[in-house]
Amino acid sequence: MAVQVKGEVLDIRRIGSYFNLSMVAPGIAEHARPGHFVALNVGGDSSSLLLRRAFSIYRTEQRGVYGGTVDIVFSIAGPGTAWLADRQRHDPIDIVGPLGRPFVLPAEPVPCVLIGGGYGAAPLFTLAEKLRERGCRVDFVLGASTEDRLFGALEGKRMSQSIAITTEDGSLGERGRVTDVLPRIIERSDSAVLYACGPMGMLQAVAKTAERYGIHSQCAVEESMACGVGVCMTCVMPVIGDDGQTRMVRSCVEGPVFRGDRVRWSEVGTVPDDTIGSIAWTQATNDSLFAASAPVAVEEDLPVDGEDAFVEASDADDEGSAS
Amino acid sequence: MTRMRLTTKPETEQPLPDIDMSTHLGELPLVNPILTASGCAAAGRELDQFFDITTIGGIVTKSVMQNPRSGRPTPRMAETPSGMLNSIGLQGPGVDSFIERDLAWLHERGATTVVSIAGGSVEEFAKVAGKLRMATGVSGIEVNISCPNVESRGEVFACDPVAAAEVVSAVRRSTTPGVPVFVKLSPDVTDIVSVAHAVVEAGADGLSMINTTLGMVINTDTMRPALAGITGGLSGPAIRPMAVRCVWQVHQAMPEVPILGMGGIRTGLDALEFILAGASAVSIGTVIFHDPSSPARIRDELARAVAERGFASLNDAIGYAHREPDIELEPQGPAFVEFDEALEDSESSADL
Repeated sequence: MAVQVKGEVLDIRRIGSYFNLSMVAPGIAEHARPGHFVALNVGGDSSSLLLRRAFSIYRTEQRGVYGGTVDIVFSIAGPGTAWLADRQRHDPIDIVGPLGRPFVLPAEPVPCVLIGGGYGAAPLFTLAEKLRERGCRVDFVLGASTEDRLFGALEGKRMSQSIAITTEDGSLGERGRVTDVLPRIIERSDSAVLYACGPMGMLQAVAKTAERYGIHSQCAVEESMACGVGVCMTCVMPVIGDDGQTRMVRSCVEGPVFRGDRVRWSEVGTVPDDTIGSIAWTQATNDSLFAASAPVAVEEDLPVDGEDAFVEASDADDEGSAS
Repeated sequence: MTRMRLTTKPETEQPLPDIDMSTHLGELPLVNPILTASGCAAAGRELDQFFDITTIGGIVTKSVMQNPRSGRPTPRMAETPSGMLNSIGLQGPGVDSFIERDLAWLHERGATTVVSIAGGSVEEFAKVAGKLRMATGVSGIEVNISCPNVESRGEVFACDPVAAAEVVSAVRRSTTPGVPVFVKLSPDVTDIVSVAHAVVEAGADGLSMINTTLGMVINTDTMRPALAGITGGLSGPAIRPMAVRCVWQVHQAMPEVPILGMGGIRTGLDALEFILAGASAVSIGTVIFHDPSSPARIRDELARAVAERGFASLNDAIGYAHREPDIELEPQGPAFVEFDEALEDSESSADL
């Protein structure tokens, strides 16, 4: 359950090309799980920028009587993020969260690779902590176009068995992309799950790699959203449900974390013909309706995850309810 | 040493005024005049996290059609100054699933529900309304006529008074008597009053104004339209003056017809503008994306604003801006004398 709170800026600092914003956000920090996100208002009370900006949660902390704090990482991409980068300590900020479905954690202590592209790496560090608490081996692969766009290399190194770094210009680590080195890591650590967050192209490549090795992937997507809470219907993607049917699902409430094999990556930005409710689907359904005159059973919002071997992060808590 | 101020304490607010904010949409009584706008609140469930949806006048659900619909490809949205463009394409589960899941939930939750319906033909509108007639929990119908008419080369019903009237009479016939049928008008017409006349003659119990207005954004990086659907509906505070004008014009022409006003309402004072222009209730739309608890906030802000202006009830404020001009002050009134003196003062100081 998400809440809307009037929070307060605790700190803002630069990290490479990015900004790390810490906010007092009581009621959000306590319930956030790795992969959850927050949606912030930008521009103040009479702002002409109406739409919320969504950011995955980098980390949370409990801070005594003040309630919890939430950190996000962002780069300046427009007037909204420029406004955020301009915040000072104690400035008020309107926060909604925690939002979305978090990463699903494995029930068994299996080896996992965490793959981050740019500041997309932000939610992976709390995830790494949770995985390690469960006895999972954690390897990191972090990539970016250039060194200053790499996020969390030191932190990743501290909390992992190994870390591989790629930059497209070769300014740090290996020249290339995360998926160039990924097979090597999977083979070396016998990984069972890939967790990824970053640009769509990277997620698609990660999901494909996972399929090639017959292992799981959990991908946190970045889609532009207006509300972040499930009412505006702007952040939809074609995703295959448990019943094998494709639906246009909201990445804010049914994501942002999806099973990599369920997203129709190459068709993101389109409505595939076999999507429930597409023009072609409706045509075909009407034709078969006339033939059979049977009602079409349609179920929306089917859970798209729910693999037996996995435990919902929200149920898992810290006690290892996994067995 | 780190010191933190905590701004997250609930702000100490003035107690709410004891004022009758109840209103009506046709025969439908509402506890207060705040509803959600269709397409901005889904079917209420998501917003119930942020405020108690039974404490506002009602939920107007996202337009539902006969069959499930995937809607358009993305990008479906572009932010614009004080507003946004959207091109969702009426994504929805279809009326059967809507009744079974969404309407049932709203009914159980105890919300007042106005169901927005859409269709590609007169027949589809009538079928959807017919299904809803069999369902429990429908307090009102809002007819979204801003959709393309598949039988008329895709011209939207809202821009064709004859087609709009056909839809309305079909829906009215298919709807339980006593359940008000409101028709949502598009501002993209030359004369909104004539469309209003046409649909009221066809049996509409009231009018919802306004739907989004058609707009377009070009992405200057890709140098192509920003939306996959090329054009989209513009909403938000950017269109508020246009919406107030529409409500004003229609209320002036047909003061007896109830109006549900909407278009860029962000604050209680914005809502009051619509009430003063002649709306009996208002819908909160795009600002919900900005502030998901805004319907509750605006409800309280409006109650204060109405009370502060000395109205005994909300009802007294409806259409108040249409009253006769105030009687002019006599020239020897004290205000006039003061004004004279001030003028002399400024003249003398200018001489110096």
